[in-house]
Amino acid sequence: MGRTLAQKVWDDHVVRRAEGEPDLLYIDLHLTHEVTSPQAFDGLRAAGRPVRRKDLTIATEDHNVPTTDIDKPIVDPISRAQIDALRINTKEFGIENYELGNKEQGIVHIIAPQSGLTQPGMTIVCGDSHTSTHGAFGSIGMGIGTSEVEHVLATQTLPLKPFKTMAITVNGKLPAGVTSKDLILAIIAEIGTGGGQGYILEYRGEAIRALSMEGRMTMCNMSIEAGARAGMIAPDETTFEYVKGREHAPKGADWDAAVAYWKTLPTDDDAVFDREVIIDATKLSPFVTWGTNPGQGAPLSANVPSPDDFTDEVDKKATEKALEYMDLKAGMPIRDIKIDTVFIGSCTNGRIEDLRAAADILKGKKIADGMRMMVVPGSVRVRLEAMAEGLDKVFLEAGAEWREAGCSMCLGMNPDKLTPGERSASTSNRNFEGRQGPGGRTHLVSPAVAAATAIRGTLSSPADLVGSSN
Amino acid sequence: MDKFTVHTGTAAPLRESNVDTDQIIPAEYLKRITRHGFEDGLFNSWRKDANFVLNRPAYQGVSVLVAGPDFGTGSSREHAVWALMDYGFKVVISSRFADIFRGNSGKQGLLTAVVEQSAVEQLWKIIEEEPSTPVTVDLDAQVITAAGFTTKFEVDSYVRWRLMEGLDDIGLTLKHVDEITAFEAKRPSFKPTTI
Repeated sequence: MGRTLAQKVWDDHVVRRAEGEPDLLYIDLHLTHEVTSPQAFDGLRAAGRPVRRKDLTIATEDHNVPTTDIDKPIVDPISRAQIDALRINTKEFGIENYELGNKEQGIVHIIAPQSGLTQPGMTIVCGDSHTSTHGAFGSIGMGIGTSEVEHVLATQTLPLKPFKTMAITVNGKLPAGVTSKDLILAIIAEIGTGGGQGYILEYRGEAIRALSMEGRMTMCNMSIEAGARAGMIAPDETTFEYVKGREHAPKGADWDAAVAYWKTLPTDDDAVFDREVIIDATKLSPFVTWGTNPGQGAPLSANVPSPDDFTDEVDKKATEKALEYMDLKAGMPIRDIKIDTVFIGSCTNGRIEDLRAAADILKGKKIADGMRMMVVPGSVRVRLEAMAEGLDKVFLEAGAEWREAGCSMCLGMNPDKLTPGERSASTSNRNFEGRQGPGGRTHLVSPAVAAATAIRGTLSSPADLVGSSN
Repeated sequence: MDKFTVHTGTAAPLRESNVDTDQIIPAEYLKRITRHGFEDGLFNSWRKDANFVLNRPAYQGVSVLVAGPDFGTGSSREHAVWALMDYGFKVVISSRFADIFRGNSGKQGLLTAVVEQSAVEQLWKIIEEEPSTPVTVDLDAQVITAAGFTTKFEVDSYVRWRLMEGLDDIGLTLKHVDEITAFEAKRPSFKPTTI
């Protein structure tokens, strides 16, 4: 019987397989950052263990860092202590760290693909659940906890049980104005936040093949919001084209050998998935969340649901609670929801293509009166590329703030936060209670919807701007 | 890690589904660089409500948490497990756990016991009617008992063995270091390096 993409990549990394034990899986690349690593380094130190493969490990400062005045010392002493701890740890253990101010610095899931470290057929882990992003290249990218970070630092392996596989086939073409973010939000609403638990997802079908690498990364990034530890897309010419020529990409004969191997990875025709979900791309429209988990979403054109729309008691209660927290009335048009702050950025939508999409809509326009809009590039390189294209000017002229690179308001670990009761349209990945700041209310949206919303002041798609006087 | 065989303690009902790790411990607490002392961050936002279950006098000193489905979703932060354990929890019972949270729990010795949602409802009823009811979780027999109610629970067999033996994962893996070295010798030259 044939094998799936996930099974092939998994099998090629099994160091040891024994009855009654998890597989011992080799890890090709370990990404680390300041938040989930300090206790792991302490563990190594206490046990007197070295880092096994410094050359397969990289660090960056992203979660905690300010996005203004980065040339000055970090104001928050606890944030500063955590950054200092990473600098001390990486120096002591001999790991390369992209410090704040370095041109390679940025969100961990943005910098690895852009430097060519992320390639097809790899196993990639990081103490961050959005490591699923790297699955866009046909790799297994998985978020891990701090104990596992320590385990990988010490052994370059992880004991893991094989996952089940789920095919999510997206047939047809996405209509104009519908992006990969809309698609993944619709998929999560369809299978639920627990639908992917125990599975590695594989996105396939015509609509997926048509996506750029940026679009594919947005899809795989949010696999974890459907409960799946990893999401993957088979490598193809789009993938090879993206990887080729990047700093860490294979060169010469290595390139040919790598591509020959990568071409063997796509799921075999006779492979069987444990579960299959089929989505019709042609029926989709811009999609946003109204609730407090990423599965609580609906088309922008819909109304806010009522608890009575759900038969399941758990869903009913969750809806009731979400509407209360979000201060929304059942039945009101989603388009009427007034927004205070628009955030464009994060490992979900902080890449150059996302900034271009937003700038395209904002060009020559102004954001609504009283609106706060922050644009935070995912990495220094994305920032510089955007500035070379003049996108920073578009944002500034529209009335938005143009920031330095980092995770920023996606999780509000730095000063970029919502205030209690403040409502955002955010291109990030989580609308959990208080995620962007205590008491803050989050609607997850695509970069295009974020930009249109900034202009109109209520949740909007670019199509709503046609005929608008602004 | 301490060995885990049988635990008996009082339990708190958490009538919530999709309890994400941002609710278990907000990001603000993740700036600390130590592994202990996270109990103050546990359910930080909800604990500001005097009626929240852990604030009620009847549920002081609990060590078992009985929660709705999809507990521990979202962020991979192991701080969520540390916060629960620092607070005094030894066991979380739910019908479904998020994968990363369950993995993190297993590494730290927090037992995640999976039961049917109907059993969760039964346990909620029992501990709401009589909060002082002792709940016993027997990892050896994989059985939970409370006031005459008994239910089997699921736990990964390997995690169960490790918890019962109190074994350290890294130590177990390093017994196979020769196999890791042999695997490394065969890795293709086109694989990237960071240095």
